[in-house]
Amino acid sequence: MAALSRKTLLRAVRSSFGLSKLSAAQDFLGHRRWRSQRPESFTPKDGYYDDECYSALYKTHIPTNPLQKGLLAVGAGVMALWDPYRHGKTPSVVCLIPSFADFTFAPLFTFSDMVAVLGETTGHLALQRIRERMRNDPEGNQILQERPRIRLTTLDLTRLNALPDGTFGKEYVQFLNVHKVTPDSRAEVKFVDDEELAYVIQRYREVHDFVHTLLGMPTNMLGEVAVKWFEAVQTRLPMCILGAALGPLRLSARRLQILTTTLVPWALTNGRNATFMMNVYYERYWEMDMESLREQLGLMPPPTF
Amino acid sequence: MALAGVLFFRSAENIFARCNRCAHRTPAFYRSFQLFTTVRGLMVEAPQNSTHFGFESVSEEEKTEKVYKVFANIAKKYDVMNDAMSLGIHRLWKDALLHKMNPTPGTLLLDVAGGTGDISFRFLEYVRFQLKQRTKQDVRSQQTPSWNAIAESYAAGHQNSNTVSQAIVCDINKAMLRVGKQRAAEQGYITGLSWVVGNAEELPFGDNMFDVYTIAFGIRNVTRIDMVLQEAHRVLKLGGHFLCLEFSQVTNPLLARLYDAYSFQMIPVLGEVIAGDWKSYQYLVESIRRFPDQEEFKAMIEDAGFFKVQYTNLTGGVVSIHSGFKL
Repeated sequence: MAALSRKTLLRAVRSSFGLSKLSAAQDFLGHRRWRSQRPESFTPKDGYYDDECYSALYKTHIPTNPLQKGLLAVGAGVMALWDPYRHGKTPSVVCLIPSFADFTFAPLFTFSDMVAVLGETTGHLALQRIRERMRNDPEGNQILQERPRIRLTTLDLTRLNALPDGTFGKEYVQFLNVHKVTPDSRAEVKFVDDEELAYVIQRYREVHDFVHTLLGMPTNMLGEVAVKWFEAVQTRLPMCILGAALGPLRLSARRLQILTTTLVPWALTNGRNATFMMNVYYERYWEMDMESLREQLGLMPPPTF
Repeated sequence: MALAGVLFFRSAENIFARCNRCAHRTPAFYRSFQLFTTVRGLMVEAPQNSTHFGFESVSEEEKTEKVYKVFANIAKKYDVMNDAMSLGIHRLWKDALLHKMNPTPGTLLLDVAGGTGDISFRFLEYVRFQLKQRTKQDVRSQQTPSWNAIAESYAAGHQNSNTVSQAIVCDINKAMLRVGKQRAAEQGYITGLSWVVGNAEELPFGDNMFDVYTIAFGIRNVTRIDMVLQEAHRVLKLGGHFLCLEFSQVTNPLLARLYDAYSFQMIPVLGEVIAGDWKSYQYLVESIRRFPDQEEFKAMIEDAGFFKVQYTNLTGGVVSIHSGFKL
């Protein structure tokens, strides 16, 4: 007992806590640091010690520390500007087809997984604000409780297609067909460290197509930028603000003129006056007429251009 | 008491079963319920034939499948990522491997886990350069040759049966081989190259066939390293040269910390940004940590029957080249 050195005492104290509490600076280096040194000393008796599984809060979660988030944000920003139509990975359903098993996972046309990563890593404060607004609104709160998902499996497109022209459901299906987009092409959430906020950002991505339909904007660069302006005003996500500010750089002069003269003022007024887009339970309004839905939400119809 | 303990943490299992991968066992247990670890030890058995996949524990069949998926995912961006992660230094490492190999024209090389073909391309360059040097020397050594003789000897500089060198790229992953073939076509390597799909643990070749066997950055991904080494011993000729280029343990402690920080912070980020795949590169840096160190690996090579086993550390131990001979 007398011969116990300070080192042994410290080690005993640390090991009794299970996870050794390292100094703040070392903690900053991240979840992985303690394992990188000597993984075998942290192996429980039966050999199963997947830390990632422990700290994963939802299925596609990858825990990251602030340094990694910063690096991701910068890298994703650069990559998104450089290659905004860079493809993400094939959705898992393709991987189940045996003949595709050793196919080099060919990309689906997604609007950049890098924009998604940028949104996740920079949007923490804005997401919290969105969640507060959703909690304070009855419809928004219901969305948070029930957590509806918009996917091909949850949407009944044949029923929506059978609705009369001019209804929200019919317009939405026409939008999907005309612009050849699918609700399944949204990137999965990886870097948000709160499970509810992960749902909020997932809902934001899934609702994006509905916003397009309600605003009447196409999916070309001009339409996307207009929608980004609208979303930036409403959600204040840094990704939307960046997209709204930098998106016009890729437009031709004529389109830029259309954007600045008609679309941006219209998007801004719409953003300010309309109800918060995240508080709308879109799945209830399929049969509703587009004009009355727009009136209810406080949206002005799109300008002609 | 034990029964109460058992009942208590069976119910606790449900609270902690967050993700579907580890529905029944999470390390949260070990931290919160350390009292019950002995009971756990009695109740739960280790999975059969378990090995490691990065820092995760998986069965052996699962590991082969998972590694296959990792490389199928990253095949297209493999070379770009190599350059980004190592800042181009991987080219120097591969050049060093070739210098260690020092092949002569007429060598038959088996490049296992050759994937995109880096080693084989360098091998072909090397032996062709040697051949050219040799023919030039032959020409110079002749006394006052006539123009006809010179022209003939340059024309005969192409390979005859003694000097034809061949590289066989063997990889378990078809996606990687596909990328390799494309690169070979782009860079103009038409002759002297073969592409074979095969598992390093069970090579589709006969005994005593090859002069040189290389495995560059592949052996840490295999399920059974000892089987790979035995296969290497089998397919090499007597006097054959075994070479392995692999990430290893860094000797300098300061460099080790920097290397760790870079590996765990930067590399998965690069993987996400460039290749769109965080998890594969997380696996990569973890698998490097799980690989035995230089001395241990040297002992494994000696166990497989190789002689004169040596290793050379490059970049302070970040990678090391192990070499042995079948004698």
